[in-house]
Amino acid sequence: MKEFSAFTESTHFDPSISSSSVVDLKAQYQLYISGKWVEPLARQYRDIVNPATGEILTSVAASSVADVDRAVHAARVAYKGVWSDYQPLQRAKLLYKLAQLLEEHTEEFAVLESLNTGETITSCRTSDIPRAVREIFYNAGWADKLEYAFAGRSVRPLGVCGLVLPWDSPLLMAARKMAPALACGNTVVIKSAETTPLTLLRLAELAEEAGFPAGVINIVTGDEKVGEALVASKDVDKVSFTGSTAVGKRIQAVIAGTHKRFTLELGGKSAQIVFDDAAIDQAVEGVVKGMFFNQGQVCCAGSRLLLQEGVSEVFMEKLKERVSQLSVGNPLDSNVDIGVIHTEKQLEKIQLFIQQAEKEHCEIWSAEGDLSKPNQWMKPVIISEVSQSSMIIQEEIFGPVLTVQTFRTIDEAVSLANGTKFGLAAGIWTEKGSKSLAVANKLKAGVIWSNCYSAFDSSAPFGGYKQSGIGRKGGVQGLYPFVEITF
Amino acid sequence: MKDSQQLARKYQLFINGKFEDASSSETYRIIDGEGATLCKVAKASSVDLNKSIQSCNKAKQAWEQSSPVNKAKLFYNLSEILESRFVVFVEELVSEGVSTEEAAREVRLAIDLVIYYSGWADKYQTIFSNINPVSSPHTSISKPEPVGSVGIIAPEESSLLGVLSAILPVVIGGNTCTVLASKMMPMSAITLAEALISAEIPQGVINILTGERSELLPVMISDKGLDSILLCSSILEEKQFARQVGADQVKRIILRDDAALSQSPYHILDFQETKTIWHPHQS
Repeated sequence: MKEFSAFTESTHFDPSISSSSVVDLKAQYQLYISGKWVEPLARQYRDIVNPATGEILTSVAASSVADVDRAVHAARVAYKGVWSDYQPLQRAKLLYKLAQLLEEHTEEFAVLESLNTGETITSCRTSDIPRAVREIFYNAGWADKLEYAFAGRSVRPLGVCGLVLPWDSPLLMAARKMAPALACGNTVVIKSAETTPLTLLRLAELAEEAGFPAGVINIVTGDEKVGEALVASKDVDKVSFTGSTAVGKRIQAVIAGTHKRFTLELGGKSAQIVFDDAAIDQAVEGVVKGMFFNQGQVCCAGSRLLLQEGVSEVFMEKLKERVSQLSVGNPLDSNVDIGVIHTEKQLEKIQLFIQQAEKEHCEIWSAEGDLSKPNQWMKPVIISEVSQSSMIIQEEIFGPVLTVQTFRTIDEAVSLANGTKFGLAAGIWTEKGSKSLAVANKLKAGVIWSNCYSAFDSSAPFGGYKQSGIGRKGGVQGLYPFVEITF
Repeated sequence: MKDSQQLARKYQLFINGKFEDASSSETYRIIDGEGATLCKVAKASSVDLNKSIQSCNKAKQAWEQSSPVNKAKLFYNLSEILESRFVVFVEELVSEGVSTEEAAREVRLAIDLVIYYSGWADKYQTIFSNINPVSSPHTSISKPEPVGSVGIIAPEESSLLGVLSAILPVVIGGNTCTVLASKMMPMSAITLAEALISAEIPQGVINILTGERSELLPVMISDKGLDSILLCSSILEEKQFARQVGADQVKRIILRDDAALSQSPYHILDFQETKTIWHPHQS
């Protein structure tokens, strides 16, 4: 066993800090409207900080409603005057070019994303950025093949799409929304999260380099009100939102009285079901990866572990041992497994859940060792002896907190797994194929990972049942939200 | 006049495979062109609505899991039963004020529609499923799955064809439903229910209510026991209300204008979720 504490500065390996010299940040960023970098009308800016150090990275425009109107107008003009005249293959070529440019800048984007979000450099480098590249590359090829995507029907673009991003994995989320929207012939206005606009702004520079005409891609930055203004704008035909269920509901309410179409990617509380006959070591690895990736600040985090009684003891032992080996530290250190919680507010919210667990007399475990970090670091937590009706089970925590429950029968597992308002994802661990398929059929979740977790691909539809959202990203299903099917 | 009132038939609610009076025993009358009572119709309340929603939720799992070909056969049988009652449906439509010629055309179209959708029961999955060409060593498939229980507010202006155009894509796709039939043209919907029994469509899969639209519509749309709503309406306020509730509950709301009664597998897709299943390959 490891003799040293997992939570001090030097963990299993010496630090291996990625150089941030690949990133060339300007002192100030403007809005990107109609192919130009323009000052926000109110001349307001907001500091963007590195959540791991508190250091100010740069300052970014804080848009007003009038800025949003300008951006939407630019997107409309480009849609009518320019983009609609582009041949599908021309659209494809521009997207291919953008994918290629982004791939060439993978290291720069990975470092920038890590600096801005607090996600580890390793996961930015091996997951976020390559996946963003792949989203753009994949969807590029659909642009001139849409007549094959919708059996027996033809389609047309919707017009101007308002894309509202979450703060986590912002570049990947931008790519996932933007690429199918553009491939289908729409123009876009993208609203980044207030705290994480940097990779998106850099992407706009690459889009310009790739040759996208002015106004096809527009970017507004700022707080939630900017997002709401974009959603409410009369000239937006389609809204795609990723974020919390509460904000998603508000957005839907704003557009309820309009013709606007929408897709929502909201929260999750996904179950990991481990049966007695699972390959235990693989399952432990899958549960750890599925839960603690990006500090659990992932919509599809496998945050509810369901263990069949026969295996629970040995599984918990192995799980705790494995979690104890995770190193928490500088996100730019490629030997670090767990970066920072993105904001202080988020950390407070997570702590409230843990306090609630204490009140409910749950068993709360966290790895040994001192966390020598002052502010936004947090050790992984495992909560057991918790009842299904508890808010710890029912609400999304969005942090490195795993709950554990046990079950006896398949039906019990299914009913626990389905027993929340969410339905985004689920993991099933068993070596028996017939059991796995039966359970997969009964789970009310949009993504089922059988003997794996957190596998993604642009060609595979992703999205939730119930209150986890409406609509899918990825695959041919990911095109539906951005076209009108004509009969 | 008096005679026709005595003979006027009473149309009941169709809940969980059985005909019953409204729990309040209330009815309303349908009056013909000359002011005579054509029939009495049960006036459902929220109590009946509740019962009906419970019934379709109880039937949900078994119906979803019954085989596609079973669904196809049951609805093909339904078309034959409708065919055998062709004259009854025509007479009802005529009594509701439709010309004989138009009525015959509508019934013909309705029967054809049942045959059309029955054939989709074991085919739409092929059209809307994928093997995802993922770049990692996994098998990844995506397939449509029914959303669950659906509240259908049928078009007000069309009886037989309207109600069938609304119901068929929902139930063929493995969902169960509670239907609010047209208030003023409810007869064919209830006569359809008789055919559902003869065709042995399992109880609870299709429940049909009649009553005051303005009373039942908001309760039905807001009921958390329903996973999705199909609102056939051209009234802006109704549509806005449905979307507001949809926002609040993240409920799937499908809006269709009265007129848009086309047949299409994409109408089935409106009431499906996509499930993606991954499995790794041994390394």
